[in-house]
Amino acid sequence: MRLSPDQWIFWQHGFAKINATLAFTWGLIFVLSLGSKLLTRKLSSTAERSSWQNLLEILVLGIQKQIEEVGLENSHKYLGFLGTLFLFVATSSLCTILPGFEPPTASLSTTVALALCVFVAVPFFGIEDRGLGGYLKSYLEPSAIMLPFNLISELSRTLALAVRLFGNMMSGGMIVAILLTITPFFFPLVMTALGLLTGMVQAYIFSILAAVYIASAIHAQTPEPNSAPAP
Amino acid sequence: MPIDWFTVVAQALNFLVLVWLMKRFLYQPVLDAIAAREKGIREERADADAVKVQAGKDREEFQRKNEAFDRDRAELWTKATDEAKAERQKLVDAARMDADALATKRREALAAQSETLNRELGRLAQKEVFAVARKALADLANADLEEQMVLIFATRLRTMEGPAKQAFAFALRSAAQPALVQSSFDLAQAGRDKICLALNETFSAAIPVRFETSPSLVSGVEISSDGQKMTWNISEYLGDLEKDVQDLLQVKTA
Repeated sequence: MRLSPDQWIFWQHGFAKINATLAFTWGLIFVLSLGSKLLTRKLSSTAERSSWQNLLEILVLGIQKQIEEVGLENSHKYLGFLGTLFLFVATSSLCTILPGFEPPTASLSTTVALALCVFVAVPFFGIEDRGLGGYLKSYLEPSAIMLPFNLISELSRTLALAVRLFGNMMSGGMIVAILLTITPFFFPLVMTALGLLTGMVQAYIFSILAAVYIASAIHAQTPEPNSAPAP
Repeated sequence: MPIDWFTVVAQALNFLVLVWLMKRFLYQPVLDAIAAREKGIREERADADAVKVQAGKDREEFQRKNEAFDRDRAELWTKATDEAKAERQKLVDAARMDADALATKRREALAAQSETLNRELGRLAQKEVFAVARKALADLANADLEEQMVLIFATRLRTMEGPAKQAFAFALRSAAQPALVQSSFDLAQAGRDKICLALNETFSAAIPVRFETSPSLVSGVEISSDGQKMTWNISEYLGDLEKDVQDLLQVKTA
C-alpha cells in the first residue's frame, strides 16, 4: 500500500523524477487553467450573464469576502495567493471521487511546499506593507523576550499547516482503501462522501489560516486568533 | 514518511505557476467584468439621477407654463368676453339706430306718400268738382262755370264793405298801375265787362283794369292792386276737402 503518491514514480533520472504527485498536480493545473480560460472567454459586463459566470463571480467574490472578514482590507492583493490555495486544495479533494486519482495534497511534499509558500508569503506581504523594520519589530512584540517564542511559533505553525493538511488528506484516502478491503460496498461510499466534506473543510482551513497569518504580519497589534479552526 | 525535497520544490513552483495562471485566467477577468458592470450600473444610476433631475426641472417648467397658460387663457377669455359684450352693445345700438332711421324714413315716406296722395286727391277732386259743377250747371241752369265764377266774383266785389273795402279803394286810387285781374282761364269779354262794371260800381270810379290768365290760380279769379288782393277760387273748398282727407288718413294710420 502506498502511503503517499510520491511513491508512485513514473519516470526518474537521478534525483529528478516525475511521480504521481507532480503528474496529478499538472493535471489539476491544466484543468483549472483551461476551465478558467474557457469559462471567462465570454464574460458579460452587463446585467445579463450566464449561469457559469454567476458561479465564477460567486466563487471569486466569496473568497474575496472571506479574506476581508479576516481583516485584510485590500483583498484584491491577496486574492491570487489565498484563492489559489483554496482552489488547489479543494479541487484536489473533489477529484478524489475519480477512480485512480491520487490527491496531490495527500503527499507531505505537496503540503510542505504549500506551507513553505505560506511561510514565505507571510514575511513578503508583511514587509511589503510595513517595511522591513516594521515587520522585524513585530517579532519583538509585546517584548524582546518573546523573540524566540515568536520564531518558534513561526516555524511550528508552518509545520502544523503542512502536517494538518497532509494528515487529513492522507487519512481520508487510507480509510477508504482499508474499508474497501473490509466492507467493499456501503462504507467506502459513505467515507468517500465524508472525505469530500473533510477535503473542503481542509481547503477552507488551510487558506483561512494563511490569511490569518498574513493579516497578523500586516497588523502588528492584531494577535493571532486562538479560535482558529483546527481539526 | 520521507519528504521528497525535489517534489517539494517542484510543487512550490507548480503552485506559483498556478497562482499566476489563476490570476491571469480567472480572478482578473472576473473582477474586470464585475468592475465594468458596476461602473455601468453607476453610470446608469448617474444617468437616471440626471434624467430624474431633468424630469423634475421639466415638470416645474411645465407647471409654470401651464399656470401661465391658464392665466393667459383667463385674461384672453375676460378680454374676449368684454370685447364681445362691447361689440354686441355696438351692434345693438347700430341696429337700434338703423331701426330708428328706417322708422323715420318710413314715416317720411308715409308722409310723402300721404302728401302725394293728397295732392293727387286734390287734383282729382278739383277735376271732378269742376266736371260735376260744370255738368250740373249746364244741366240745371244752362250756365257756364266760368261765367258763374265771374258772377260770384262780381257779387263778392259788390258785397265788399268795411275796412277791407276802404283799404282796397285806397289802393286802387293810389296805384300807379292798373289793377290786375288774374284768372285760371281766359276770361271772355262779357266776363271782363261784368268785372269792370262791378269794380266801377263798388268803388264809384272808373278803375283801370288789366287782365291776365294765370294757370297757377286754382279755378278762380283774383284782383290785386298795390298790395291789396281779393280772391275767389275753388281752392278754398279744396282746402276744406284736403283737411277732411288728412284727418281721415291720420285716423287710418294711427
